[in-house]
Amino acid sequence: MASIAANPPKRPSSTVREILLLILIRTAYALLTLFLVSIVVFVISGLLPGDAAQEMLGQSATPGQVAALRHEYGLDLPAHIRYLSWVRGMFGGNAGRSIVANMPVSEIIADRLPNSLVLAGLTTAIAVPLALFIGIYSAVKRGTLIDRALNITTLSMVAMPEFLVATIGVLIFAVHLRWLPSITLTSKDTTWGEFLRSYALPVLSLAVVVIAQMARMTRAAVVDQLGRPYVEMAVLKGVPPRRLILWHVLPNAIGPIANAVALSLSYLLGGAIIVETIFNYPGLASLMVNAVTSRDMALLQTCAMIFCGAYLLLVLIADVAAILANPRLRSQ
Amino acid sequence: MTWKPSISRRELMGGAFGAGLIASTGGLLSGCGRSARHTISNPEAAPGPPRYGGRIRVASLASSTADTLDPAKAALSTDYIRHNMFYNGLTRYDRLLNAQPELAESIDTTDQQSWRVKLRKDVVFHDGKPLTSADVVFSLLRHKAAATASKVKAVADQFADVRADGSNEVLIQLTGRNVDLPALLAQSQFLIIRDGTTEFHTANGTGPFRCAEFRPGERTVGVRNPNYWKHSRPYLDSIELIGIPDEISRVNALLSGDVHLINAVSPLSTRRIDETPGYAVMATPSGLYTDLIMQQTMLPTANPHFTLGMKYLFDRELIQRAIFGNYATIANDQPIPPTNRYYNPEIPQRTYDPDRAKYHIRMAGLTGARLPMFASPAAEGSVDMASVLQEYGSKAGLSLAVNRVPADGYWSTHWMKHPLTFGNTNPRPTADLLFSLCYKSDAAWNESHWNNPTFDRLLVEARGEPDEQRRKTLYGEMQQLVHDQCGVAIPVFISLIDGNDQRLKGLYPIPIGGLMGYLFADQVWWEG
Repeated sequence: MASIAANPPKRPSSTVREILLLILIRTAYALLTLFLVSIVVFVISGLLPGDAAQEMLGQSATPGQVAALRHEYGLDLPAHIRYLSWVRGMFGGNAGRSIVANMPVSEIIADRLPNSLVLAGLTTAIAVPLALFIGIYSAVKRGTLIDRALNITTLSMVAMPEFLVATIGVLIFAVHLRWLPSITLTSKDTTWGEFLRSYALPVLSLAVVVIAQMARMTRAAVVDQLGRPYVEMAVLKGVPPRRLILWHVLPNAIGPIANAVALSLSYLLGGAIIVETIFNYPGLASLMVNAVTSRDMALLQTCAMIFCGAYLLLVLIADVAAILANPRLRSQ
Repeated sequence: MTWKPSISRRELMGGAFGAGLIASTGGLLSGCGRSARHTISNPEAAPGPPRYGGRIRVASLASSTADTLDPAKAALSTDYIRHNMFYNGLTRYDRLLNAQPELAESIDTTDQQSWRVKLRKDVVFHDGKPLTSADVVFSLLRHKAAATASKVKAVADQFADVRADGSNEVLIQLTGRNVDLPALLAQSQFLIIRDGTTEFHTANGTGPFRCAEFRPGERTVGVRNPNYWKHSRPYLDSIELIGIPDEISRVNALLSGDVHLINAVSPLSTRRIDETPGYAVMATPSGLYTDLIMQQTMLPTANPHFTLGMKYLFDRELIQRAIFGNYATIANDQPIPPTNRYYNPEIPQRTYDPDRAKYHIRMAGLTGARLPMFASPAAEGSVDMASVLQEYGSKAGLSLAVNRVPADGYWSTHWMKHPLTFGNTNPRPTADLLFSLCYKSDAAWNESHWNNPTFDRLLVEARGEPDEQRRKTLYGEMQQLVHDQCGVAIPVFISLIDGNDQRLKGLYPIPIGGLMGYLFADQVWWEG
């Protein structure tokens, strides 16, 4: 009687087919969402005062120069034509040209995206296992002193703004102790030691927030399952606690946990702006802020597409993981 | 007239120390040096002879995808610093903003309108090609094309003709007489690039450093140019330039030893830097100002009584102390700072005078009127100034409302577009340039649309006047006119504050900008 909760699995091929179908449908929705987001971003950024030509010339702009620049960059064309030409480029795999940097958008992104992925990846590698452990442990020990202590800790971590964590970290570890650099200095020829030292503080600041969020969601999901009759049944049948949690409870709790993890991780890409600012980290989030302030439309759109796409992808992975772990969800 | 490099006592001393020629008399000179260099806030002893070697990292206040290697597009301190690492101008500024020869050996004129520039013959670009007159002609004329998007197009429009005379001489024909040409050419936008350059992925200049890496928004790395025409310069092996937009992060990076030189330090951070052993603050009194603009083409701000009344509402000492932490110089509603040699000290200082303000506002018929004022973080200190004005205005019977708007888009959307807005004007190297760009009746950036034919006439006269004494008189009269009648109120000149690791030697202020007027690259050395 290994599986009380789970039905006997169907033939594997049908599972695979169902999941492939799900991925297909979700991808179609994702494309539609991306399209709508691109329209919204385009329209809203069009409402911002000033355009790329004015921002580029700044305070020293003269009407003649602005007009000449607008013409050179095609900013004098009607909005829908500019949008359509961008969409056409996108379908051809061409993200366009950043008029501010005078470089292809793909080159700029290729420079920054790996930075963001490294930061998000390192934070994930540390945060997810730690958060799951804290969440499950405090759920199992619910009501005890240790659970309450963990609860208060995670609550205050959630409440603590990351700029505070980052600033205090810099003051202690960089300015006073001088153990770690206060800004991230990435270059091609860094050693592993330098690499870890320069990522320590940014990863710490980001991890504090996401660990707390994920741990709290995990605890809630596991506690919810622990109150169910099937857990009681398993306990009565003498299932050892470790097996109970890993084999019986977790597959049922994985849905909400996976979604909490997906939300936290998507935040690591686009929401790292504060950490990027404090540590002067050349990531995508600050690039997008840059694109907004310089009204660099092609770059802005591409950043928006990446963040939106990453979010949709993570949520999709979370859903697939939940379905794989819990076959009951397949019929829904 | 031959424009001769004027060498002041200070400059000579600075140069002597720089070259380390009279190090044995250093003790004697350092005494007078300190008294002469009253502009430096940190009383450091005169540095010893320069050393070679060392790598420094410099953090400026902004870095974005708009970073450029094209001198014409330079708009921010990071660009100026970068460009002065890789390029040279025909001339460069000294401590008093006099033009000193750089790539030009001499600049001669007889009528202040046709100028002959003789170039140095020992200069080579980083790619090995020698500097010729074609490079200079190209570098100067490109500013006139709208597509270049040059920041100094308005200045370059004075060039009626620029042509080569042989390979080492350039003739510049101006549209009118202008004594200041050598000083104008020292602006960083007029740095010399190679003939025909259209792509700026890397820099090919004549400057002290070669471009080893340039990534917009991330970093610029310059390595020592072994063939630099100033023999024995530069001292440093390399300079890495990054931007840290967040001021607190920038100061932290300095104090944690990650960077060695920063600019745009807030007055609030100066104590922190000064109190940390091994670090110093350098304040540069400059011509930077934030002003209240009262549009002379709109009512009610065009009313002369109103304009004058508002000028009496500024408590300049309070603004100097509370908003700028005393890192500012009291100004007198005219834009020529005391650091300029044409500054007119004869004009009586206008002070906060609630009674006069009240009187003039009553005469303007505006007692009890409610007026919106547009302030923004884009114009440094303007939001705080507006709050002070609001407070003092209520005492003079005026109800001023502060419209605080974001920095983003401020210049194109609000600046000069409402009756009462704040502006912010960067230091300019010459009185003529400042007046021509920002105060002449038909100037594009005549912020208050002030129209004064007498002023315009004096401006043109002073521009072509070779007699120094007469020029000073003319500029003095113009300052009086602006002080009395123009629609701008200038409460203080804001000092520029830099922070540095004290192992970095050879820094001194040049009042055109922070970090030695952005010209430190071939001057400083590292004693690590």
